[in-house]
Amino acid sequence: MLAIEALTVGFRRYRGLLAQVDVRALGPLEIGLARGEVLALVGASGAGKSLLAHALFGVLPPNALVSGRMLFDGIALEAQTLPALRGRKMGLVPQSISHLDPLVRCGRQLGWAARRAGRPVDRSGLEAALGWFDLDASVLDAFPHALSGGMARRLMLAMAIIGGPDLVVADEPISGLDADNAALVLGYFRRLADEGRAVLLITHDLVQAIPVSDRVAILRDGHLEGIAPAAAFSGDGSALASPYARALWRAMPENGFGLEPVDA
Amino acid sequence: MLEARDISFAYGRAAPVLSGVSLGVGRGEIVGLSGPSGCGKSTLARLLAGYLTSRSGAVLVDGAAPAKGWSPVQYVHQAAYLSVDPRWRIGAILDEAGPVDEALRNQLGVSRRWFERYPHEISGGELQRVVLLRALGPRTRYLVADEVSAMLDPITQVEVWQALQARAGAGLGILAISHGDALLERVATRRLHLEAGRLLPVSGSATKAIGNAGSPQCGKWPLEPANLPA
Amino acid sequence: MSEAIDLPVASPGPARLGNRVWTLVAALLGLVLIAGIAIGAPMLGSLGIAPDFSARLAEPSLAHWFGTDPFGHDMLARTVHGLNVSLWVGLVAASISVVIATALAIFAATCGRWADAVVAFLVDTAMGLPHLVLLILISFALGGGTTAVIIAVAVTHWPRLTRILRAEILQLRQADFIIAARRMGRSWGHIGFRHILPHLWPQILVGLVLLFPHAILHEAALTFLGFGLEPSRPAIGVLLADSLRYLMAGKWWLGLFPGLCLLMLVLCFDAIGNGLRLLADPRQGQL
Repeated sequence: MLAIEALTVGFRRYRGLLAQVDVRALGPLEIGLARGEVLALVGASGAGKSLLAHALFGVLPPNALVSGRMLFDGIALEAQTLPALRGRKMGLVPQSISHLDPLVRCGRQLGWAARRAGRPVDRSGLEAALGWFDLDASVLDAFPHALSGGMARRLMLAMAIIGGPDLVVADEPISGLDADNAALVLGYFRRLADEGRAVLLITHDLVQAIPVSDRVAILRDGHLEGIAPAAAFSGDGSALASPYARALWRAMPENGFGLEPVDA
Repeated sequence: MLEARDISFAYGRAAPVLSGVSLGVGRGEIVGLSGPSGCGKSTLARLLAGYLTSRSGAVLVDGAAPAKGWSPVQYVHQAAYLSVDPRWRIGAILDEAGPVDEALRNQLGVSRRWFERYPHEISGGELQRVVLLRALGPRTRYLVADEVSAMLDPITQVEVWQALQARAGAGLGILAISHGDALLERVATRRLHLEAGRLLPVSGSATKAIGNAGSPQCGKWPLEPANLPA
Repeated sequence: MSEAIDLPVASPGPARLGNRVWTLVAALLGLVLIAGIAIGAPMLGSLGIAPDFSARLAEPSLAHWFGTDPFGHDMLARTVHGLNVSLWVGLVAASISVVIATALAIFAATCGRWADAVVAFLVDTAMGLPHLVLLILISFALGGGTTAVIIAVAVTHWPRLTRILRAEILQLRQADFIIAARRMGRSWGHIGFRHILPHLWPQILVGLVLLFPHAILHEAALTFLGFGLEPSRPAIGVLLADSLRYLMAGKWWLGLFPGLCLLMLVLCFDAIGNGLRLLADPRQGQL
């Protein structure tokens, strides 16, 4: 349902007062995502994982340059087509909790998300949406600053999903969540995929993400190191073809928590 | 010793988040603090670091109330982008804390090439390392590290914690707050669990069991995606 | 670990010129025009002030680009004189307003509850009173003239900006990076100048740019009503008031050119203000 073809993202920056240069930050990337699939996207911070999510939703900074194609069910994702898809067919769970409006009660923000998707719901609908992520109704009347980091993250998940999107892109949805809540969120993604939707799961936490994922795309320094089946991430990782993927796997606290040399 | 003595805190007129919590972090110790999300871990961290003032009780640093000037207790949390002035370049941000410790800069993997950039021009994980480097000045005796490696990839996480462990070896006391049981089990010398406003000690074997369970059990969650609009 | 993996700099493309050039060109053009008025007016001397009865009410021509008035004054020279007066009145009044607003906002946001209440009361009072009436009263009480107009405009235009700046400072004081600076042992003085003020500049600049046309227009209005500058001075307000009498007689150039030039002057300030704001913004600045 999602096809990313020869995608590159760069930035136009000033060098000196007047001269500008274009700097490549991501790509070229080729990634396909089918219905019913959870694709985990892992890699070092700064490798461009969030850039990919922002490029898909057309929310890159104004000086960004994008080339290549991104197709959603055959529709090219670009300025003209995105407004009809964003928040309706495609839901984004942003990484930073600063994406919540600090001056608006959480319930209203969740209601807006539903209305933007063309599916306004009443208060009981909002409470039900919070219930999916084990949040109680008192969150509706709270301001974002009163929520803990984990609660805010689950609220953003509810906002992304309340419109019933076919594709969910989640940028670090479980960082800051305790193990129970992380498992809850990941289990929810799995069920979304099993219903025929697709999930792009951007994360650092390989150990938690592997059991719910079908494939794992490894991003390194802005290019795709490879896509491995999730099953290859097990034991000491010797089933992994990429030395970098192996090093990532072995550095997990649950595994070796060690460093090993990776050839560049 | 960084001490919290019987401290309580509530936001506004809401129910208290913490009541009568006491805690001590010694020099050279890494105390791992876990607890469910929303239980007040970050509030406790902010109280210890002087970002919030407790309703009752006291926070003592080496037996004394915190004085003016460089605070011997520094606080680094998950949202690094909030901890830096968005209008300053990385180089200036680091300079504000005094001369940069080159050895530590290399250990944390902070590149000099970032110095000319603004915070939004480097990634969250890179910025987190910048904030850690800034916090670990020579006068810092205690570090309250609230989910500091949650934004980092596994390899960088190992590098950062190796650097922090080396600092602890040199006498830095660290309160490490994390949801990652496996991580705390790796790095902490002692562990505490905060739940319903109370601190409980955690024994090693019990946490090993949690940590090694690892994989989430997907079936049992009370979720009904079928409720979603199709 | 030797050196961190950097944000990949694959292949910097060829250098090119960006929007910044146009921003700078627009701002510089505005600056040149304003400087031209400020320098040009004194150089005109008595041109446009001394009457020349041989060329009364002449239509625009090569000799008199903007035409002449009933006393044979060259309207181009009079407009430049008028703009010069407007420029200084507007600039000085708007600057004083901004200084008052900044000082009151800092006072309200940093000196406790009591100070905040006093400033809030002042702001509400000043905004509650009708603008023009207050202007006329102050100007009249001070006996008219340039100083009176400047003072009247300055003391009536600060409340809105005070509110914006106060809210901004209160929000910044709570910001994590400010608390972090405190915990690094930095004084409030350092934090005020290095952290808070740079965040206020855009608001202050926009405030100045927005206040400027207000100040000029109120100066013109005061003068037009007879409570402002002396009728003998060729201020834009005086020129516009005079032109009304001849508009019905088809002497369109008397009002059109001074009016257009006043608009140009306001736009020049807008271009400069916008340009500075864009360059100061680390995000927009890269475009």
